[in-house]
Amino acid sequence: MRLSPAMLWRTRVPRYRLVGRVCKSCGRRHYPPRPVCPYCGSRDLEDAPLPRRGIVETYTVIHTVMEGFRDRAPYVIGVVRLEDGTRVLAPIVDVEPDKVKTGMEVEATLRRIRVDGPTGLIGYGAAFRPAAGAAEAGQRAAEKS
Amino acid sequence: MERSGIVGWGAYIPVYRIRASDIALQWGWEPSVPRGLGVEEKAVAGVDEDAVTIGVEAARNALRRAGVDPARVGAVFFGTESKPYAVKPSATIVAEALGITPDTMASDLEFACRAASEGMRAAFALVEAGHVEYGLAVGADTAQASPGDVLEFTAASGGAAFVVGPAGESAAVLEAVYTYVTDTPDFWRRGLSPYPAHGEGFTGEPAYFHHIESAVRGLLERTGLRPSDFDYAVFHQPNGKFPLRVGRRLGFPREKILPGLVTPRVGNTYNGSALLGLARVLDQAKPGQRVLVAPFGSGSGSDAYSFVVTDRVVERQGLAPTVDYYVERKRYVDYATYAKMRGLFIRTTY
Amino acid sequence: MKVYVAGVGMTRVGRLFDKGILDLAAEAAWKAIDEAGGVLPEAVVVGNMMSGSLQSQDNLGAYVAAGIGLRGRPAFKVEAACGSGGAAVYTGVSLVASGLVDSVLVVGVEKMTDFPTAVVTEALAQAADSEYELFYGATFVGLNALMMRYYMEKYGVSRDEMSAWPVLMHRNGAINPYAQVRREITVEDVARSQVVADPIRLLDSSPIGDGAAAVLLVSEEAAKTLPEKPSVAIAGAGMSVDTVEITNREGLDTIPAAREAAERALRAAGLSPRDLDVVEIHDAFTVNAVILLEELGLAPRGRAARLVAEGRFHPGDRPTANPSGGLKSRGHPVGATGVYQVAEVAMQLRGDFPGVRVEGAEKGLTLNMGGDGSTVAVHVLTRV
Repeated sequence: MRLSPAMLWRTRVPRYRLVGRVCKSCGRRHYPPRPVCPYCGSRDLEDAPLPRRGIVETYTVIHTVMEGFRDRAPYVIGVVRLEDGTRVLAPIVDVEPDKVKTGMEVEATLRRIRVDGPTGLIGYGAAFRPAAGAAEAGQRAAEKS
Repeated sequence: MERSGIVGWGAYIPVYRIRASDIALQWGWEPSVPRGLGVEEKAVAGVDEDAVTIGVEAARNALRRAGVDPARVGAVFFGTESKPYAVKPSATIVAEALGITPDTMASDLEFACRAASEGMRAAFALVEAGHVEYGLAVGADTAQASPGDVLEFTAASGGAAFVVGPAGESAAVLEAVYTYVTDTPDFWRRGLSPYPAHGEGFTGEPAYFHHIESAVRGLLERTGLRPSDFDYAVFHQPNGKFPLRVGRRLGFPREKILPGLVTPRVGNTYNGSALLGLARVLDQAKPGQRVLVAPFGSGSGSDAYSFVVTDRVVERQGLAPTVDYYVERKRYVDYATYAKMRGLFIRTTY
Repeated sequence: MKVYVAGVGMTRVGRLFDKGILDLAAEAAWKAIDEAGGVLPEAVVVGNMMSGSLQSQDNLGAYVAAGIGLRGRPAFKVEAACGSGGAAVYTGVSLVASGLVDSVLVVGVEKMTDFPTAVVTEALAQAADSEYELFYGATFVGLNALMMRYYMEKYGVSRDEMSAWPVLMHRNGAINPYAQVRREITVEDVARSQVVADPIRLLDSSPIGDGAAAVLLVSEEAAKTLPEKPSVAIAGAGMSVDTVEITNREGLDTIPAAREAAERALRAAGLSPRDLDVVEIHDAFTVNAVILLEELGLAPRGRAARLVAEGRFHPGDRPTANPSGGLKSRGHPVGATGVYQVAEVAMQLRGDFPGVRVEGAEKGLTLNMGGDGSTVAVHVLTRV
């Protein structure tokens, strides 16, 4: 896939910040963002930053990867259902493929998804890793010291 | 003139680790070599990570602790020596990813391991001059070392970030800072070279020790402070031994240095090195304590900061994962997987 | 509506390195034209997905039509990923049914074997959302695998129950002389086969291959002038689309576009699913077949795999599903498949399909799908 500067630029906010759209008519949010609500057909939409946590609704471990992904095979892709019900397709990272489970809690993180060769652009996007509660993480560490 | 400080701090260390003993085995190093460096294992960036992704995570944690709307950050300084692009700022990617754009300054800085520290100093100054409300200083690296070189034991991946703002909102107020810089070629990398070169022993006395000691002594002279006034002393940590040695020479006991010493567990994260140490200290510091931080960058230069921790530190410690959370969160890889992750294999694709 | 199938033609499906797009298209097209007594079509519709990405060849309508000796008439390419063939048939049917032309040649052709798998995998993934699915390295198999895991977990369906479908496909395809893969397999073979994108295994997946199929469609008027009046007509055609990106669809275990397309086609033909004797449905992956049987109203939600495992839809049952061996065994030269399906069902209704035969079949249905549920074209064929 050739990475066009304009395409990366146009889609950077949805990819980096997980911004979808909310329909002011039916209230539903969708991702990736579309010019018209995919559910009710209304054009009355606005940008909506989505929650960064959710659960893995389903996933697959891809062994026959496409060009550019050999270095991360086997590669896990999941559908994450965010806390507000919006679905996002994303890599599931920082976990052994055989430990990924439907229902596991995950949180969004920025990762390097595509590189257009040694001289082309780098495409960053949202991946999801096993979630850590901030308070929980701080608490656990406090208990240790 | 308004005073400034650290409003929020954050860290990020990738999950993967490789043991120093596996590196020694691969290249036939005598086992006392890594032992002598005081580093057990080091953190390795995953295939989908780089200095930018590491920096964004650390910065996100810093913003969480600061409780500041990203749009109010007016400057982003990204210090790294493993920039994904030779030309194209990483700072703008960080700024875009966090919602800081477009009303902001942004730049990438290079000064080996102290680039982020220089950025932090600049951020403090901008806040104090009233030019920006808040600044963000990020130090992140996926440090590269030639396979088979002794640096391979310590060159690691990780980062820290600091949201800098008014003293009245800070968890740690900047009391004083002094920077000492000379042109000392101890460690360098030319543009087309994939790995840095270094002067081995020359990186010690004339570089690391001379600059850190000069910066710290300069700070103490200018402020009248003494080592006993400090509760913590955090130094740039290229290995597990140098910080203890320089600390001893400056009059700081082990107990004050160990809390900020992260390298033995995760390796030298370069621009993250001293700053991860500072983050770890802030994770546990108590109000009223005083922290010395002395980053060092080859080329060469060192800063010496004195921070005084405030009451606000307590409520902010638990707002984001601590350094120890990331240190403990780990998965080991073998050398072959490490080599794949570091891009050491030459591959062709169709 | 009556659009007659005056002739059909197909090439064998396989790794046909010595045949390019024109060789394949010509072979299928002229078989269809010869069957129709040599009547030349007034228009040509070409179904194909990847000529641009794999052969660097656009302008395919002209390229194929003129290239196989049919210059001087309207011709154009119709693309709907793996549903290109079905969409091409729908277009051809529309041209004739609307009265614009009296005859049309619909030829589906695809060459997938010119490049290594990794390259073809990337090209196939262009059926999905480029910026948010392909960008993330979600292979086409991977997207279908998401649906398979979701389906199996939601309905409690086991690996072996799912495997009944590919086993059936291989058994049917083993005696189809046009089929790419002609060997029987067992449920154990499926469970042991290479994992492509978990839980999809190699034996859940249609092979990569080359092929072309063609149907010559004529109007009532033109049918009367043929040496032999055709015995098969397309009595109903239906199409529908849904979002390409899987996250903006209503469910991960449903394909509403299939339900909508089928309802339209059946309504036009005045039939219900119960009336069907034979169906050729889109089983690029086992999970597709299972969900599509349910969308066609032939099985209750979540039960299709189990029904197949119990013997439903096997030869002898009504409807018989995929007697050709389906995409799994006959093969899936992606842009051509939808036309293969129509040719096969036409041959079943004529009684001369050279593989598994559905005796006395009078009513058949084809379902061709593009993407993982984003484009579906359904045609209902009847004996006339």
